[in-house]
Amino acid sequence: MTADAPVDGDAPAPEPQPELLHGALVSRWRGQVIAHPTRDAYVQVMKGLRDSGFDLCSDLCGVDYLTHPGRPLPGGVEPGRFEVVVNVVSTTQRRRVRVRVQVPGDDARVGSLFAVYPGSEAMEREAFDLLGIRFEGHPDLTRILMPEDWEGHPLRKDYPVGRVPVQFKAAAATR
Amino acid sequence: MSATDRLGTSEGAQEMASRSATGADELDREGGVLRMPEGPVLDPGDLIVEVVEDETMIINMGPQHPSTHGVLRLMIELDGETVLRTKPVIGYLHTGMEKTGEELTYLQGCTNVTRMDYLAPLFNECVFSMAVEQLLEIEVPPRATWTRMLLCELNRVSSHLVFMATNGMDVGAVSMMIYGFREREMILAFFEKCSGLRLNHDYIRPGGVAADLPDGWRDDVLAICDYIPGRLDQYDTLLTGQPIFHERTQGVGVITPEQALALSATGPILRSTGLAWDLRRDLPYQYYEQLEFDVIVGTYGDTFDRYAVRLNEMRESIRIIRQIVDLMPPGNYRVQDKKVTPPPRRRINESMEALIHHFKLFTEGFRVPEGEVYVSIESPRGELGCYLVSDGSARPYRMHIRDPSFANLQSLPTMMRGGFIADAVAVISSVDPVMGGVDR
Repeated sequence: MTADAPVDGDAPAPEPQPELLHGALVSRWRGQVIAHPTRDAYVQVMKGLRDSGFDLCSDLCGVDYLTHPGRPLPGGVEPGRFEVVVNVVSTTQRRRVRVRVQVPGDDARVGSLFAVYPGSEAMEREAFDLLGIRFEGHPDLTRILMPEDWEGHPLRKDYPVGRVPVQFKAAAATR
Repeated sequence: MSATDRLGTSEGAQEMASRSATGADELDREGGVLRMPEGPVLDPGDLIVEVVEDETMIINMGPQHPSTHGVLRLMIELDGETVLRTKPVIGYLHTGMEKTGEELTYLQGCTNVTRMDYLAPLFNECVFSMAVEQLLEIEVPPRATWTRMLLCELNRVSSHLVFMATNGMDVGAVSMMIYGFREREMILAFFEKCSGLRLNHDYIRPGGVAADLPDGWRDDVLAICDYIPGRLDQYDTLLTGQPIFHERTQGVGVITPEQALALSATGPILRSTGLAWDLRRDLPYQYYEQLEFDVIVGTYGDTFDRYAVRLNEMRESIRIIRQIVDLMPPGNYRVQDKKVTPPPRRRINESMEALIHHFKLFTEGFRVPEGEVYVSIESPRGELGCYLVSDGSARPYRMHIRDPSFANLQSLPTMMRGGFIADAVAVISSVDPVMGGVDR
């Protein structure tokens, strides 16, 4: 059961007020709370989350949805090629919120969380390194896992993975 | 030396400032982090020594330094013997395991993730399996979950024992190295009995565990529970009460709770600052709610506190293990769901369908419904998370592991700032980074 189940168009059901968290659409899936801010509002939403008690940024990663564009998203969220996924925790309220930001493929840039959560620094570098998403305002956006002079971003779905072709040589007929 | 004057703290406000008061500005003003690309240092023109202003010097520690726990490289800016700024440089062990994970089926995925944080392999398997199970919406049988908890707690002890060993050696107590590894071997022998392997077990799998606990497991576990606490008391004698050890560790590498939170540090680092944050208690998973245990916290957030937190966490783990041994229920060790679980071995011998079923599961794998999920557990080093995206096929679309060592390394520059270069080794060791997990 996804939170964005299509509402039957004919039924004059009262329009359910979309749940908002600091101005971002909220969906729920398997008991997890997911906020979907727009790219412009992203840093502001994170700031709001931090000030409302989400004091620990536990994870930040990127996803490349190049070969899977039709994933379920709540109505009104325009899917982009990339997604930046941030998990924040509140150590006082003991709950967790996941934030998913859509990032278009032709302009893969998004605001940096460094000023809000300094602990996201290495994780943003990792997302930049492996997926090529640029975080604007990051103090040191360089490669972190791959070598300095590496070309390409390996976790992108169109990154060519080196393969050794398997050759099935015709065995000499024994009889 | 009394507790207060070793840090020179006044008895000020005991409450934490709000989290927003500790922003990047403050941390940057405090310095600590060396913002300098790794590239230019590699130029032969300005190799190693680079005079920034007047008297400071940048030296590289590692990646082949014996006390950097693998292949961690630190660029350290020094003023005489005082560390000004530090930059951890990682990636020397990067093997693209997240990319590999996209090519493996969900059953094969565990063999991949278990190699990340190689001192706590069972936690990696556990968090990955829990994420897959959450996507599949299957409930593993109670015995499987209790078995997972039992082995994970044993793994926590064995991982902290390695910390004891290496931390002891890094500050000069070389005999600790031998003692820590000796005790750990006892736990690894039990793991070998369960899974057939000492490390990288692939024992916890989506749907349960690979095999039931071996005959006589209760005696083995209780023997460990009886043996380890006595050894921990010996460590107390050897290290905890030792004036030389105090001198090396107390007041060294201090970090405040606000800084630790801001820098996303979790686990013993965060707890050593006095903030009781343990996912087992605060966001309970599995059956930890039914168990009685204490969350160990420190006070000063220094190297000694991080040592003491880990030492006492082992005692708590032993306490948890004793409770698990009493509570272990009978029953299935894996879920009886034909979509996920292969048929039992003897059915394969007598039934063609069972053979086909077995073959399909291990070649094609099982399909997982579309969706994305983040699951986290408390590993020996902090929050270990798994973010899993499925597109409905038999392989994960994206598999991301949030490794605690990776995030914890960010607090290293703050800890090292203002300390002596000789203390750097003690501080690195107290963070307890596992480079396999950092680089993945």
